[in-house]
Amino acid sequence: MAPSIDMEARFLDYVSAENKVEPKDWMPDAYRKTLVRQISQHAHSEIVGMLPEANWITRAPSLRAKLILLAKVQDEAGHGLYLYSSAETLGTSRDQMIDDLHTGKAKYSSIFNYPTLTWADMGAVGWLVDGAAIQNQVMLCRTSYGPYSRAMVRICKEESFHQRQGYEIMMHLARGTKEQKAMAQDALNRWWWPSLMMFGPSDDQSPNSAQSMAWRIKRKSNDELRQEFVDKTVPQAEFLGLTLPDPDLKWNEERGHYDFGPIDWAEFFAVVAGNGPCNTERLEARRSAHAEGTWVREAATAYAAKQAARRAATAPTAKASAA
Amino acid sequence: MKWDTCDASVQYLLHLGDDALILGHRLSEWCGHGPILEEDIALSNLALDLVGLARQYYQLAAQRIGNGMTEDRIAYWRSDREFRNHVLVEQPNGDFGDTMARQFYFDAFHFLQLEALQHSSDIELAAIARKAIKETTYHAQHSSEWVVRLGDGTDESRARITASLAKFWPFTSELFEPSSVDRAAHAAGWGPDVASLRGPWLDLVQEVLEQAELQLPEGHAKLLRGKSGIHSESLGFLLAEMQSLPRAYPDATW
Repeated sequence: MAPSIDMEARFLDYVSAENKVEPKDWMPDAYRKTLVRQISQHAHSEIVGMLPEANWITRAPSLRAKLILLAKVQDEAGHGLYLYSSAETLGTSRDQMIDDLHTGKAKYSSIFNYPTLTWADMGAVGWLVDGAAIQNQVMLCRTSYGPYSRAMVRICKEESFHQRQGYEIMMHLARGTKEQKAMAQDALNRWWWPSLMMFGPSDDQSPNSAQSMAWRIKRKSNDELRQEFVDKTVPQAEFLGLTLPDPDLKWNEERGHYDFGPIDWAEFFAVVAGNGPCNTERLEARRSAHAEGTWVREAATAYAAKQAARRAATAPTAKASAA
Repeated sequence: MKWDTCDASVQYLLHLGDDALILGHRLSEWCGHGPILEEDIALSNLALDLVGLARQYYQLAAQRIGNGMTEDRIAYWRSDREFRNHVLVEQPNGDFGDTMARQFYFDAFHFLQLEALQHSSDIELAAIARKAIKETTYHAQHSSEWVVRLGDGTDESRARITASLAKFWPFTSELFEPSSVDRAAHAAGWGPDVASLRGPWLDLVQEVLEQAELQLPEGHAKLLRGKSGIHSESLGFLLAEMQSLPRAYPDATW
């Protein structure tokens, strides 16, 4: 039976009153679909996002840095797990979501299609990319879907450690030798604009935003979040003694915010369309890890089935009582 | 710095630390590429434990060397001829079965080694071992479970893990052939007579293989001298990658 207009209206009232939606509650199909799309995209971003940083684990310049980076990338795998689990509560399996990633049906954050070229990129990614992600994720701690919101609370705690880790690397470099400082500035130049693009297109060009706001999935617009991020990051760059690559960046007394230059949305859409510097490599790395792991997953499944059969065969009391 | 003439206790710590660092480094190469997300997390855990353990050994060694020696100088500024790890641990990851076979053999040895080191007359070394054996017990459980799972899983997994176990078998003999540093450490009461660990190691390995209905591999011991600094060709590449940044920017601190 099709849900009545009443149900949709009641749902809207329910979320507008800041109530959380739980897996067994009734929800509009479109709400469920939007969430599966968003949460799985978020999970995929964590998993694909491991790759550009894993690129430097074997070359971390100190044992301490190696451990911190490894722990950080491991956290991202954990975030992926929480998020896949929370999307599974909406009725889509992890296998299905992973298939959608591998066939290109599902997206992940485009930022991970840029290469990590120097050690300073570990600083810039942690500081800017995780910083931008936090801006979005703090908002999502209050999202209307309960399992997603609870996953985000845990994730946010770890993400703030990630951001500090990135900023610490930048600080070491900015206070280091001339070469190290140049390395830090170069990384900032390359990561600044893509980080601003992470918030997505401007509100008037973001088709799903209004509905997501009404459902309380999203609480702030892309432009609001982007502005908050810029306002927070400019003084951090100043503290490092590094220059943000934007000649139009200046404090606007009247607005109480920093003004910044126009974003090159052509670049953004080119990367989303699959033409970023590393789209092919990232997807290929995920596909091949999955394909090469097939025999391992099959073995684990076969072994578990054999074990279950053995347990059943050696449990005569259970059989007897069933008979 | 003359690494091979420094204090015997330092040389022993370097040997122990090198095993942990090199194997931890190899495991960290899996990060982001595991067969399943849960295993990505588990392999990273092993790597974190082992690199963390290497730091403890190196820090103690650095403290004993003095003169501003640091854990990072020990890790990043020695050449492959100055590393003292077993050749087994530097072997490339291969597929997941290879990684698990390598890990399984080493974990059983590492567990027995740490069990003995807990009672070392070197009390600082004993303290490190007491902490590490808890982690290593878990490592051994993890790799044993995978050997059983792969051995008793599908025909393909059984064939693969059989081949992997056979491939690394010849590398295990080095674990039980004492180097001059092993002998000195045993004589001083710091560490076990590694030859005496062979029997208990075989028991541990055999018990797991029986569960998986796998045969103990046959094959001759390789002539290996990793503990004396004569490694396989793969260690040079591993170190070239690992040490590249500090060596490219010798004046920098990170």
